[in-house]
Amino acid sequence: MAENLKPRDAAEVEQAVKWAIAGGKTLEIVGRGSKRLIGRAAQWDMTLDISGLSGVTLYEPAELVLSAKAGTPLSEIEALLTANGQQLAFEPMDYGPLLGGAAGSATIGGVLSSNLSGPRRIKAGAARDHFLGVTAVSGRGEIFKSGGRVVKNVTGYDLCKLLAGSWGTLAAMTDVTVKTLPRAETERTVLVLGLGEAAAGKLMTAVMGSFADASAAAHLSSPLAERLAETATAGAAVTALRLEGVAPSVAHRQAVLEELARSYGRLSTLAEASSRTLWRAIRDATPFAAAGPTGARDVWRISTAPARGFEIGRALVEQAEAEVLYDWAGGLIWAALPPSDDAKSGLVRSIVAGAGGHATLIRAPAAVRATVDVFEPETPALAALTKRVRESFDPRGVLNPGRMWAGV
Amino acid sequence: MAVAMPKLDDAVLARRAEIVAALRRIVPGEGVIASEEAMRPYESDGLTAYRALPMVVVLPETTEQVSAVLAYCHRDGIKVVPRGAGTSLSGGALPLGDGVLLGMAKFKRIRATDFENRVAVVEPGVTNLAVSQAVDRAGFYYAPDPSSQIACTIGGNVAENSGGVHCLKYGVTTNNVLGCELVLMSGEILRLGGSHLDAAGYDLLGVITGSEGLLGVITEVTVRLLKKPECARAALIGFAASEDAGECVARIIGSGIIPGGMEMMDRPAIQAAEEFVHAGYPLDVEALLIVELDGPRAEVDYLLDRVQEVARACGALTCRVSNSEDERLLFWAGRKAAFPAVGRISPDYYCMDGTIPRAQLPLVLRRMQEMSAKYGLRVANVFHAGDGNLHPLILYDANKPGELERAEEFGADILRLCVEVGGVLTGEHGVGVEKRDLMPAMFSETDLNQQQRLKCAFDESGLLNPGKVFPTLHRCAELGRMHVHAGQLAFPDLPRF
Repeated sequence: MAENLKPRDAAEVEQAVKWAIAGGKTLEIVGRGSKRLIGRAAQWDMTLDISGLSGVTLYEPAELVLSAKAGTPLSEIEALLTANGQQLAFEPMDYGPLLGGAAGSATIGGVLSSNLSGPRRIKAGAARDHFLGVTAVSGRGEIFKSGGRVVKNVTGYDLCKLLAGSWGTLAAMTDVTVKTLPRAETERTVLVLGLGEAAAGKLMTAVMGSFADASAAAHLSSPLAERLAETATAGAAVTALRLEGVAPSVAHRQAVLEELARSYGRLSTLAEASSRTLWRAIRDATPFAAAGPTGARDVWRISTAPARGFEIGRALVEQAEAEVLYDWAGGLIWAALPPSDDAKSGLVRSIVAGAGGHATLIRAPAAVRATVDVFEPETPALAALTKRVRESFDPRGVLNPGRMWAGV
Repeated sequence: MAVAMPKLDDAVLARRAEIVAALRRIVPGEGVIASEEAMRPYESDGLTAYRALPMVVVLPETTEQVSAVLAYCHRDGIKVVPRGAGTSLSGGALPLGDGVLLGMAKFKRIRATDFENRVAVVEPGVTNLAVSQAVDRAGFYYAPDPSSQIACTIGGNVAENSGGVHCLKYGVTTNNVLGCELVLMSGEILRLGGSHLDAAGYDLLGVITGSEGLLGVITEVTVRLLKKPECARAALIGFAASEDAGECVARIIGSGIIPGGMEMMDRPAIQAAEEFVHAGYPLDVEALLIVELDGPRAEVDYLLDRVQEVARACGALTCRVSNSEDERLLFWAGRKAAFPAVGRISPDYYCMDGTIPRAQLPLVLRRMQEMSAKYGLRVANVFHAGDGNLHPLILYDANKPGELERAEEFGADILRLCVEVGGVLTGEHGVGVEKRDLMPAMFSETDLNQQQRLKCAFDESGLLNPGKVFPTLHRCAELGRMHVHAGQLAFPDLPRF
């Protein structure tokens, strides 16, 4: 068991990293550990536990900003925002259930480090798009900041973007500022029942190009729909389309949407409460939860051009016996594959490469994640740039080395 | 010119004829411009107070030519300044006397429009507006709309992370690009992202966006397309005090409304704009808000009613709602013409671009009035009220000795004030040369060194657009050095388990 350092403030994080550099140690950066099983299975000398840096330090709803220490529980931030009629519009997913951990144990630092998002990604962006400012300790053991606490800022390089999705391989964040946005007054979901994948794809494309202004669009095959309470009774595949906003607008757009969707299949509607529950389940890829019937399967997360999603999904079903969940109007594919020694990595990557996009192996046993690439492999020129970028922050490879790619 | 640029490299200048000839071999025909007269149009960008003739102008037409030019310059130690349409307001495309000015104007093809995936693939020399026009027939548009959108190009938009009046709701450039083709100073060609969301690996596209031409040269961009809203209506609301207007903005957002656009003007800006375009602005108010809602008609009408209620509660003196598309455009005409309108009442003006936490607006306006008195220069303010991005226009006369310098000092004081109240030096115009030497007001040396180390990862030789953004240039080798204090660091208190 690796030794655990638990700093209480940014200065102690700086000290810890400096100490690791001097002693030639590697550090695994951890918040509350909800995403610890994602990434290449590598070994680190010690754990740098950021969860002691906790608390919201600034929240001004009318300015749409919130600052917090990086280890602040996401649940604490979300409760505060909800009480003020606001939200993190990028709808960060909770990896807990998928990875077999507890739900609701993410930290804001972890959310940003992994650039999380959810079904609303197609309309509101990902964590990167709401990440306004950061203070962090680089792998050089230096505290630096980037960005600010205002929503519009082009002063200097946007290092927040770079840190978002860097999985702790560049710096240990200590303080972050994010953009907050009003929560929609109400929401409703229109379900279109019984569509095959091709028809669902066509419908979602039509909806996204219409005035319906859907904030989420997903497709669940019949077996997946059966696993969620809100869609279980449909007895058919479910294409779900979410409308959010003020009541008169939602009502108007529902009419627009139903007019468009009527010729595709049977319609039904979920009111606000069940709509929220359904999208939380889709957000968290709940049909593939570790505790569910496919909990032992390997899970890939694939981002592609939305109109190509069904082509990838079909190939995965036919060639890899995958179960497939489509979000982002077809642009996000969760694929659960029967367990294998290599998570069928070569096959998955070649199918994705044919359509364009990238794939990440989210869930697989450590032995698999130690041998196959978890993140999308890069071309030699890009890999070389990635390595130089990494070294510009962490020349000795102290922070999470090997988590994204071997040797980086 | 108040800003010192990198020292001219005499060895490079002595080789000018040979360099021009070599570039002509890469870009044949009219693509290499070397005569002083023909280079004159390139001597400045939108920040016209700063001028310098480049050593030579090159206008490549293909990615391969861009790559070959950069590889040649890299090998021979020649500086390169990339340029789009030259509309930068911060001097981002200011040439260097010993450098190649790499103009991307010939990259003006829209390579693909893909309505199924709601993206367009465009070359960097395509103007911002041309993208929206090309997809208009299918009911789509490209959301970021900087006020120079008729002229400014997508490549420049990516370099500067351009905004516009609608970015509170629809985001700035970085939120609306999905991929690019990029040529590094070494000549290497990279592809980042594509038609899908979230690039694989590090978000390099995110850091290239807004990097002001210091990291690479963009040769293709994939942008997101949005469905055009069904309708848009605007309200024109006048207040007796900027505090009231600020309160109104806070309460609109506080009530859960994110307008498509929300602009504020102060009395001098209102007066100048009204005299110029006769938009029907009230002249007896201290602050004027334009609040635009867009979306389905049912939503727009409903929210406009709520906006008017909020405005009344905040003591609005006047409130008019547009009842036709012509009237909506007229409301905007004054705001959109604010800069040239101010140009009519003063021989010259200097446009600033700080962002502040919006609650600080009354304080900042008051302090600005004090500075105005101190420097003896008038100031007019337009303000992207929703996101706190302030554009003070400092009025001066360049023909009066010392006025430009006073205007620049006044401007620097305003930006320092923005930082002091929790804001930033630039919201959308970029640092360039203009705000370069103010960077230490916002960033420590450690912060700036880390940014420069990232620059080194892309351009180890420091040849791409040097003299911009960073007040002090360091060699990459020096920045990369790490001083490790061997052994134990004293932190006995740090909890360990």
